[in-house]
Amino acid sequence: MKVTIDGQSIEVEPGTTILQAARMIGGESVPPAMCYYSKLEGSGGKCRCCLVEVSKGSERDPRPMPKLMASCVTGVMDGMEVKSISSDRVLDARKSVTEFLLINHPLDCPVCDQAGECDLQNLSFKHGAGATRFIEEKRTFEPENIGPNIQLHMNRCILCYRCVMVADQLTDDRVHGVMNRGDHAQISTCISKAIDNEFSGNMIDVCPVGALTDKTFRFKQRVWFNKPFNAHRDCDKCCGKTTLWMFGNEIQRVTGRKDIYHEVEEFICNECRFEKKDTKDWVIEGPKKFEKGSVINQNNYTQKLEKVTIKTEDHILLGREQDRKKISMPDVPLKGDQKKQLKEGNV
Amino acid sequence: MGRKILLEHANVPGIKTYEVYRKMGGYASVEKALKGMTPDEVVEEVKTSGLRGRGGAGFPTGLKWSFLDKKSGNPSHLVCNADESEPGTFKDRYLMEYIPHLLIEGMITSSYALDAHLSYIYIRGEYMWVYRILENAIKEAYAAGWLGKNILGTGYDLDLHVHCGAGAYICGEETALIESLEGKRGNPRIKPPFPAVKGLWQEPTVVNNVESIAAVPWIINNSGEEYAKIGIGRSTGTKLISASGHIKNPGVYEIELGLSVDEFMNSDEYLGGMMDDRPLKALVPGGSSVPILPAHLIYKNAEGADRLMSYESLSEGGFESGSMLGSGGFIVYNDTSCIVRNTWNFSRFYHHESCGQCSPCREGTGWLEGVLHRIETGKGREEDIDLLWDIQSKIEGNTICPLGDAAAWPVAAAIRHFREEFEYHIRFPERIKNRDHFVAEPFEKVRHLVAKQTV
Repeated sequence: MKVTIDGQSIEVEPGTTILQAARMIGGESVPPAMCYYSKLEGSGGKCRCCLVEVSKGSERDPRPMPKLMASCVTGVMDGMEVKSISSDRVLDARKSVTEFLLINHPLDCPVCDQAGECDLQNLSFKHGAGATRFIEEKRTFEPENIGPNIQLHMNRCILCYRCVMVADQLTDDRVHGVMNRGDHAQISTCISKAIDNEFSGNMIDVCPVGALTDKTFRFKQRVWFNKPFNAHRDCDKCCGKTTLWMFGNEIQRVTGRKDIYHEVEEFICNECRFEKKDTKDWVIEGPKKFEKGSVINQNNYTQKLEKVTIKTEDHILLGREQDRKKISMPDVPLKGDQKKQLKEGNV
Repeated sequence: MGRKILLEHANVPGIKTYEVYRKMGGYASVEKALKGMTPDEVVEEVKTSGLRGRGGAGFPTGLKWSFLDKKSGNPSHLVCNADESEPGTFKDRYLMEYIPHLLIEGMITSSYALDAHLSYIYIRGEYMWVYRILENAIKEAYAAGWLGKNILGTGYDLDLHVHCGAGAYICGEETALIESLEGKRGNPRIKPPFPAVKGLWQEPTVVNNVESIAAVPWIINNSGEEYAKIGIGRSTGTKLISASGHIKNPGVYEIELGLSVDEFMNSDEYLGGMMDDRPLKALVPGGSSVPILPAHLIYKNAEGADRLMSYESLSEGGFESGSMLGSGGFIVYNDTSCIVRNTWNFSRFYHHESCGQCSPCREGTGWLEGVLHRIETGKGREEDIDLLWDIQSKIEGNTICPLGDAAAWPVAAAIRHFREEFEYHIRFPERIKNRDHFVAEPFEKVRHLVAKQTV
């Protein structure tokens, strides 16, 4: 079957989706996907980030499809013509989906463990707006303990259902899922059970945002300060092929190996992920490569860094005169007790 | 006096019971179909009748039946969608409550046409008393030999179950209904595959509304050709309309499609005109999800032609100047109604009922409700009207199922036709503090005030 995406044609097998065909072509035409995960059966169609315009249905029925289609669940037809990045309608729709996803997202990237690896960050960077039009109070959820290995931060969740599918398709005794509906829907365990299945850690890898993070890695490091290495070990439960995230000689985190679409190549077990943090446990293959634009590449030690010169006005790094005055606060003297407390270091 | 097909015997005492229903000629269509027709002939008859789905979408029923993948080798199913929950729509409830055997007769005949041996009625959880009525009627039908093994000695077997949902609007969407029936969370499925290919238990399934199925016995008894003679154009047959709001005679009416809106609204046989004879301000002709129409577009369309109670006439002019027949939830507003509050109310409903599966609907419906709430409570900003318009346009067409559209259309139509009222709420917040502000200030005055300030 021949399909054309943004003017680039490719022959694909019947049953291929538009998104898969676009990934075969590669480049800018690949629609973003927050909920689709090629390794998980039945994923996709929910986030609506990957909407594309089908300008020609097929050779047999060349009519354009009236609505934008979710490329991850729409199969290609012979002679189909698709507009992805070349369509204003598509770009507008992606922009609006980004806006919808961000209205209730806490935007706490500075303290989020997923920063640097977050698909929502990437989506916002490409399709987001600089300012929000949402002035209502953001939706929040009570913190919940879902087990010893995984931290759930429900406020960041975009309900992509990937973790539920991992639990369904990879683990025995699924104990978590989606509760409630609408914007009250949340990921939670059934009657406060703990998630401690041997493959549950993969929920962390598939989460596109910082809703599910690794408890053994939380707040230890920003990912771009880690050096990622591909490594492997003999494991009787999984493939044992992982990426080690190191700081100096310390293994701070272990994850599955991910491809350029941030999908793991193979799922790994909890033992490899959470318990093997010693370099002696692993055979290190070499540095992991990332795509050019990845924030992780900012700390790529294999490339020569040029010296950065900040061109600013004189003394701007010292701050403006009036700001420095404020910091020293000569006009606002401390009151008796405050002065005492300051001296004691309690403030 | 309009012709009655579904409610012909509704007022016969004891029609709920099998004996009375049978005496009035009930179950004749089952006899006729099973003994004298092949399943394909039944499908053809329904096709000829031009019957269109009465749940809201109006898709031709016979055509839908013909899409069923009978060659898959898997058993097929018929599921009756009795999850009626559109605000303003209450006609299926009436039909099931007063003539339960009509639905069961329709289910048997339709199941035979589709070669289904296990069929379901999926009923809304809130309709518990109707559920009991149906259960009772099914027991009677089993006892009389209309259900079960070897019906009428023809070798055709059929089991019929009533399944009570938990009460979620989204379960009225056919794929969400199927998910719920399978015991899962009521989330719509991605289409394709359509239920006719992979539906209940991944087997070919047809999902039809109560009213559509209830019309089948008459079609089989009297022929599809006769049915097609009733109505107008492609809107054939009769339709149940559930009328509510500021009218003299609210209730459920069976009308022949093609009746003029004027006659339906003002004749004593139907709604009897406006309650307290106050002026008509607006109309929602097909349940809360369809666009609202202002007074000048109710009796006449934008071209000046008479507006009729039919699929085509009510949608004439598109969403610019038309609406939809939808599920037949006919809601009438007089001049004291506040369109902003009404729109907010509808938005609250869709926000509450969104399943949360896809992002535009999950996040957008809540946002719409939030902005409408601000405007209605006098905290709106000038830019909020354009913001509302923008949000609804970004939900529409971008969601998995039509709930997103249903949330977006009422907001779009309200702004399109009653923008001044939104502006009035924003510019004169002190005037809308009184709950019944439009009782004291009719819409014309509002228009005048807004226009004056704009100048």
